[in-house]
Amino acid sequence: MRVLIVEDDCETAGYIAKGLREAGYAAEIAADGKEGLLRAASEDFDLAIIDRMLPKVDGISVVETLRGTGSSLPILFLSAMGGVDDRVKGLRAGGDDYLVKPFAFSELLARIEALLRRPAEGKSETSLRLADLEIDLLSRQVRRGGQLIDLQPREFKILEYLMRHAGQVVTRTMLLENVWNYHFDPQTNVVDVHISRLRQKIDKDFDKALLQTVRGSGYSLRE
Amino acid sequence: MNRASLLRSRIFRLVLVYLCFFTLAVLLLTGAIFWATSSSVSRQTDSTIDAEIRGLAEQFSQRGTPGLIAALQRRTVAAAQTRGLYLLMGPDNRVLAGNLSRWPDEPADSEGWLTFRLEFPEVEGGGVNFGRARTFNLRGGLRLLVGHDVRERDRVAVLIREILAWSLLAIFGISLLGGLLMSRALLRRIEAINHTSRDIMAGDLTRRVPVSGREDEFDQLAKNLNAMLDQSERLLGGMRQVSDNIAHDLRSPLARLRSGLELALIEDPGSAGYRDAIAKAIREADSLLKTFTALLSIAQAEAGASRDRFASVDLQDLIQDVVELYDPLTEELGITLEVRPLQAVRRTGDRDLLFQALVNLLDNAIKFSGASGQIEIGVERQEKTAILSVSDRGPGIPEDQREEVLKRFVRLEQSRSTSGSGLGLSLVQAVARLHDGELLLEDNAPGLRASLKLPL
Repeated sequence: MRVLIVEDDCETAGYIAKGLREAGYAAEIAADGKEGLLRAASEDFDLAIIDRMLPKVDGISVVETLRGTGSSLPILFLSAMGGVDDRVKGLRAGGDDYLVKPFAFSELLARIEALLRRPAEGKSETSLRLADLEIDLLSRQVRRGGQLIDLQPREFKILEYLMRHAGQVVTRTMLLENVWNYHFDPQTNVVDVHISRLRQKIDKDFDKALLQTVRGSGYSLRE
Repeated sequence: MNRASLLRSRIFRLVLVYLCFFTLAVLLLTGAIFWATSSSVSRQTDSTIDAEIRGLAEQFSQRGTPGLIAALQRRTVAAAQTRGLYLLMGPDNRVLAGNLSRWPDEPADSEGWLTFRLEFPEVEGGGVNFGRARTFNLRGGLRLLVGHDVRERDRVAVLIREILAWSLLAIFGISLLGGLLMSRALLRRIEAINHTSRDIMAGDLTRRVPVSGREDEFDQLAKNLNAMLDQSERLLGGMRQVSDNIAHDLRSPLARLRSGLELALIEDPGSAGYRDAIAKAIREADSLLKTFTALLSIAQAEAGASRDRFASVDLQDLIQDVVELYDPLTEELGITLEVRPLQAVRRTGDRDLLFQALVNLLDNAIKFSGASGQIEIGVERQEKTAILSVSDRGPGIPEDQREEVLKRFVRLEQSRSTSGSGLGLSLVQAVARLHDGELLLEDNAPGLRASLKLPL
């Protein structure tokens, strides 16, 4: 997996690249918008991390130009601008996700994984499966080992999101954004309680726990 | 105020321009007076001459030439006082009577009027003067001239001219002086404002523009400027307090972070303690970042930056979403979370910020409700106001401290033991203000009732 980092701040770029290499990615750095645009358009990358404020060509223009050429390269915006307006602007320009600096590296990694394993567009699934856990997206039924599990609507949504990102780390912020659809900053561990309830239902009576807590980052549904 | 700056000043220039117009007006006025006076004096002279002529004509018609000569001689004697001028010449150009030695050279007009030069003999002091006279041609080739020495008239005219010139000069001088004094008085007051501004720019924020008490435009300007300065000082003071608080409240977590990392450096890398220390450092850093995020959100809400992305928000949905998010947590803590009242209310607003505000209020309520506490959350419509409310039965906030808790970083003594940044309510208040509403903290007897009142 090749990741292009377009970031003018050497230290940040180096930090991201080092972290990504340790996580098994091939990371390359472009130091300004022009170089980033050239490389993203001419080379074969799996994902680009683009800073919004760049010398020569700014991040928004890079992404707009790139999308103008028909590229569907997954793009994650990085920005020191945390306003919701900025997020909307970034996503409207063609970014796939938006992360505000400063960020936890685990959050960045989780979002990169989510972007890389995005289900191909147009492909609609009717059921998801992980080990002996199976959810039916049409009838909204959940079974584990053939046994029917009764879930609240919100619990179903959480599980669906975790299933779609099975094997990856899903952070609390990602859950709030995607399951609850609110961009806000909880002071308490509200999400944790939802997760522990879900865990009660899908893991408690079974030998193997599927829903795992990843310390310091979030949760992961894996075998 | 030195001379150069006085000359450069706009006020003084205006005074000068005004002075020019004023002088021109005075000049026209005095010119008119002069003209009217001198023509009136001239008319008077002419009518005196006419009267004399009528008298002489009577003598001439009654007693002929000798009577006329006799009358002329009598009048000539009196001429020293009356300043009359007389001359009767015979056909042979011989002077028959009168006090002129010869017929004037100047031509007379159709009615016989003429103004002529009078040359005085040396014994009378010499010099040149003018006479005004009327001439007649009489029977037998006689020529008569009756006139008046207009020395008096000219003297009056000269006098008037002099008076006018002097008074014009005096008017100009007095106006210039008045203008100078006036502009200096105005410039002094403007200079006072400039002086104050310079002091303030130099860092003395307590300085204020002096108010004269005359309640004029300058006092109004001074009062407005002072009000503006008061407001700026208040804002600046608030800002200073916030930065002091930031410095104070962020110091301790940063210090903890630093000492934790320092300790980790001593540990054997690879030991459990080493990893623990790093995990702890990350937690500290995260909480710091959270505080910054909260500060940033407050600043953004206060700046009103997100008002352009306001959309219609269903407040009922908002309440239900918050309750749905918090239900498991409150249940686990043994707190009863009740939704009451719940009315359908819509309003334009920032959905995320309103949600954040509700979450902050609910977080607070949970924090201060012990086990088996009760919390009510609801939304209702009262006339033209939507009220989002969160009530708990915890310790509440004493009335005199309710203002205080809305300030940034303020945490009451009783809540020191609990976690929190002291920014929660500040953010709620900023969100309320962004929506032109207010945050009200009331006694729930017992407990606290926090309501977000938003005008519809």
